[in-house]
Amino acid sequence: MGGLIKSSIARKVAMALSGLFLVFFLLQHFSINFTSVFSPETFNEISHFMGTNPVVQFALQPVLIFAVIFHFVMGFILELQNNKARAVKYAKYNGGANASWVSRNMIYSGLVVLAFLGLHFYDFWVPEMVYKYVESNPEVPTRYFEELVHKFESPIRTGLYVLSFIFLALHLWHGFASSFQSVGFNNKYSAGATKFAKVFAVAIPFGFVVIALVHHFNH
Amino acid sequence: MSILDSKIPEGPLADKWTKHKNTINLVNPANKRNIDVIVVGTGLAGGSAAATLAELGYNVKTFCYQDSPRRAHSIAAQGGINAAKNYQGDGDSDYRLFYDTIKGGDYRSREANVYRLAEVSGNIIDQCVAQGVPFAREYGGLLDNRSFGGVLVSRTFYAKGQTGQQLLLGAYSAMNRQINRGKIEAFNRHEMLDLVKIDGKARGIIARDLVTGEIERHSAHAVVLATGGYGNVFFLSTNAMGSNVMAAWRAHRRGAFFANPCYTQIHPTCIPVSGDHQSKLTLMSESLRNDGRIWVPKRIEDAEAIRAGKLKPTQLAEEERDYYLERRYPAFGNLVPRDVASRAAKERCDAGFGVNKTGEAVYLDFASAIQRYGKEKALTSGIENPSKEEITKLGEEVIENKYGNLFQMYEKIVDEDPYKTPMMIYPAVHYTMGGLWVDYNLQTTVPGCYAAGEANFSDHGANRLGASALMQGLADGYFVLPYTIGDYLSHDIRTGKIPTDTPEFDQAEKDVKDRIQKLMGGSGEHSVDYYHKKLGKIMWNKCGMSRNEKELKEAIAEIAELRQDFWKSVKVPGTAKGMNPELEKAGRVADFLELGELFAKDALHRNESCGGHFREESVEQSGEQKGEALRDDENFKYVAAWEYKGEPKDAQLHKEELIFENIELKTRSYK
Amino acid sequence: MNLTLKIWRQKDAQSQGKIVDYPISGIEGDMSFLEMLDVLNEELITKGEEPVVFDHDCREGICGSCSLQINGEPHGPDRLVTTCQLHMRKFNDGDTIYIEPFRAKAFPVVKDLMVDRSAFDRIQHAGGYISVNTSGNTIDANAIPVNKDDADDSFAAATCIGCGACVAACKNASAMLFTSAKVSQFALLPQGQVEATDRVLAMVNQMDEEGFGNCTNTGACEIECPKGISLENIARMNREYLKASLKG
Repeated sequence: MGGLIKSSIARKVAMALSGLFLVFFLLQHFSINFTSVFSPETFNEISHFMGTNPVVQFALQPVLIFAVIFHFVMGFILELQNNKARAVKYAKYNGGANASWVSRNMIYSGLVVLAFLGLHFYDFWVPEMVYKYVESNPEVPTRYFEELVHKFESPIRTGLYVLSFIFLALHLWHGFASSFQSVGFNNKYSAGATKFAKVFAVAIPFGFVVIALVHHFNH
Repeated sequence: MSILDSKIPEGPLADKWTKHKNTINLVNPANKRNIDVIVVGTGLAGGSAAATLAELGYNVKTFCYQDSPRRAHSIAAQGGINAAKNYQGDGDSDYRLFYDTIKGGDYRSREANVYRLAEVSGNIIDQCVAQGVPFAREYGGLLDNRSFGGVLVSRTFYAKGQTGQQLLLGAYSAMNRQINRGKIEAFNRHEMLDLVKIDGKARGIIARDLVTGEIERHSAHAVVLATGGYGNVFFLSTNAMGSNVMAAWRAHRRGAFFANPCYTQIHPTCIPVSGDHQSKLTLMSESLRNDGRIWVPKRIEDAEAIRAGKLKPTQLAEEERDYYLERRYPAFGNLVPRDVASRAAKERCDAGFGVNKTGEAVYLDFASAIQRYGKEKALTSGIENPSKEEITKLGEEVIENKYGNLFQMYEKIVDEDPYKTPMMIYPAVHYTMGGLWVDYNLQTTVPGCYAAGEANFSDHGANRLGASALMQGLADGYFVLPYTIGDYLSHDIRTGKIPTDTPEFDQAEKDVKDRIQKLMGGSGEHSVDYYHKKLGKIMWNKCGMSRNEKELKEAIAEIAELRQDFWKSVKVPGTAKGMNPELEKAGRVADFLELGELFAKDALHRNESCGGHFREESVEQSGEQKGEALRDDENFKYVAAWEYKGEPKDAQLHKEELIFENIELKTRSYK
Repeated sequence: MNLTLKIWRQKDAQSQGKIVDYPISGIEGDMSFLEMLDVLNEELITKGEEPVVFDHDCREGICGSCSLQINGEPHGPDRLVTTCQLHMRKFNDGDTIYIEPFRAKAFPVVKDLMVDRSAFDRIQHAGGYISVNTSGNTIDANAIPVNKDDADDSFAAATCIGCGACVAACKNASAMLFTSAKVSQFALLPQGQVEATDRVLAMVNQMDEEGFGNCTNTGACEIECPKGISLENIARMNREYLKASLKG
């Protein structure tokens, strides 16, 4: 077990598992947000539950934050290690001949998503934490929808969100399908699983874009 | 009485090896730890010998010029490995394998050695399977066999067209295990430059670290040479670029006799030379002759038109083609043995019927096989009245299943689609049956110096059967040498470590350094390749598929002259310090220039035709066999072992009479 | 055809290297890429310059010695071939061709285009074998039946020639395809089961120690592999490794 922390394969699997966890979270996040498009009440209800339930707040939320931090910190460590593995670079490198742009540039799509997370935390999570735990304001179960809509008034912010979702799609396009391979899943079902992952990689970020645009233009 | 003692054990043929193993001396395990063995060359013979010796407990050092033992040229063997397992229940036995090998070698090999080879052949397969070599299997999970030329049973085990690769990786994995245990120290990118003898015994080698250029001394209680064949004396061959005779030749110069140097196998189905830039030749598996028909145009004008690019082979009608093998050898047709097929191709091309731009190629045509298989397939698939296109398509699919990878390789190299237009092939040097003379224990005439695999002369006589080279290499390395060497080493248990600071090592190192300096000091007129190509031309034209007294004498004179010029005018750029491939090549070519002359001398003295050695003076004069090779058992039923005496022309001949007690000598006929 | 070659020249492991331009003419389509370099070297020797050093041996695509990065791809633009089987007809008159060594920290340059791939050997020393005595006193070969598909897959993995193209192609210089081929070859056979746990742990550990990069599943290795070794092997190695880690 000792080698697990350092070994290349263990790290690779850890990247895949944290990634898969985040993919699952993304689906959950999307499902909740999507309710805001057709039913502000449902959205408020679920948001209220998520925002106040102690299990979600004190068990799942830290796990999620850990997964996010782990995923990007490990991503950076691996990137640095990979860079060192080829100290002298090629004068001419035709990477496009044998691998997709997305797969070769996960670090960049990842960095954009990370920057977006910063913005997203600044927009929602930080105010939420301040509201609940610093200022200890009383809970208003109907406040969530309005806060959401308010954020999408600015065309610049909406634009940034849309752009980030495009990068998220690129990141998922390679990352999701590739996580199957990392955990050792490569068999006759792989072609189907990969297809599913690719559809997911486009559909979910597209859904988020739709939500952002709906709120931007409706209000 | 010859000074050569083959040390063949007494007793009935089938009991010799068992009896011998039971009576030779052994070294106890504790003493083995104090004994060092050097193994030069890490192909099938060297790799398997090194692994087994290390496993027995000896301290082994291996040497190879490649960057890894796993790149030795055994890796390129395609077809398979023979073993008398009789898994097919088709009547195979040790005796049959023995018989086929002796007959295939045109009765120029030693009965006892060949029988032992057949006897241990089954063990090789057991061993390799236990090591995880992924041989081809049938759906039931058991091993599959295929059939090869010159025999009546299916005894060839294979792994697609990469049997040599898989077996070598097996031997290398056995080496890995010993390297991991610290019992083998592997010196890769090292080349043996001389053999060191102390008190008449082989006690070490001088090697050059090819990366640093350092000259190193390595001592041992015995030295095993498993350094392969010398086909590259022809410059163009199917050997690897680095394959060379240096280790064997250095041992020869130190007293090891060189046996039957003129026995060379020329393989009929290679991709022809395309121009002067050609650096090596690529073999196309013999199995292609099962379905391909070999032909050249009947009319010389058609051949000329094809060479000029004015005519395509597919435009020639059936009656305008000369299927010369089917015409000359109706019984065996396109499946005559390698030497016969090669000579017939040369005969047609020399007569002006060659079909590529160099005039040295014949066609290997799959069109009729495609049609035949296509019709069969249509019938079995229940297609009624298939069109010609359908038949061709079905037939091509069958051919692709059988030979797909070979056809693809051909297309990559020649840039022609062999499904649509006939392949072009021409014979090329492939294997050398000659090599260092060894006794039954695989010991050369230098005590303590052993030779295994293609580097020795022992088992294939004047012609080797397909799928037998892998068998011999592994038999020598896994099962013969590790036993027989113990008999010799049992006298060395009290010797202790051999020091390298002795006058003998000093002298050998000095000789090596002087030689390198001399090579570096040429006046610089021509590159090493210039000489190698010239030597190759002489060898191919005058000591090739067909030899005669006049040309062999010319060859001897020309090679001697070329050698003199080489030492005077060769150009080796760079320095001897550090990596210098030109210097490596120069040393190897220098030895080829000596071996080539001995080769011609041996071919000249052997005034008979046997196996791969064809003398124009020795052919059947009448009857059905008129014009075919004529063996002369009365005068040449011996092994010619040459002793070094300075210049190759002064080499002294020693004869080992071959005694056939279990087999009746017959004429090979394929009519 | 006439070409401009841009070739990496480096005196030895310690020296700095650089790209040097060499114009070359009279190249025919029938020549292999290495024969084209032979022509260049012959010219250099005649001019009294040092020829370009590169690894090569069998020149029929099986020994795995040749190892050039040609125009940014290992073994050049053609697929399923090694450099020695790449022919000049794949290039056009007037082309500029970059020729560099396979680059990886674990593959230090020996000289010019020749690199040291002994890291691959050390990975194999670590566990690339089945511990069976070479005495010949093993059980009969047919006493170990092997499922044909498994045997075929094992063979397919075992056709790896250890050239290092996978490492050279990978943007991370990862050796996972190579190592996984070696692990799979044994993992697929019943003979390989006994030592499966130790083998995969030891080989992966050695691979990591050699300083190869990590796998990010770009798939470049599979595309560039001259023997078409499949990515499935990497998935298999990942499984084997996880299984072994949890067990051992």
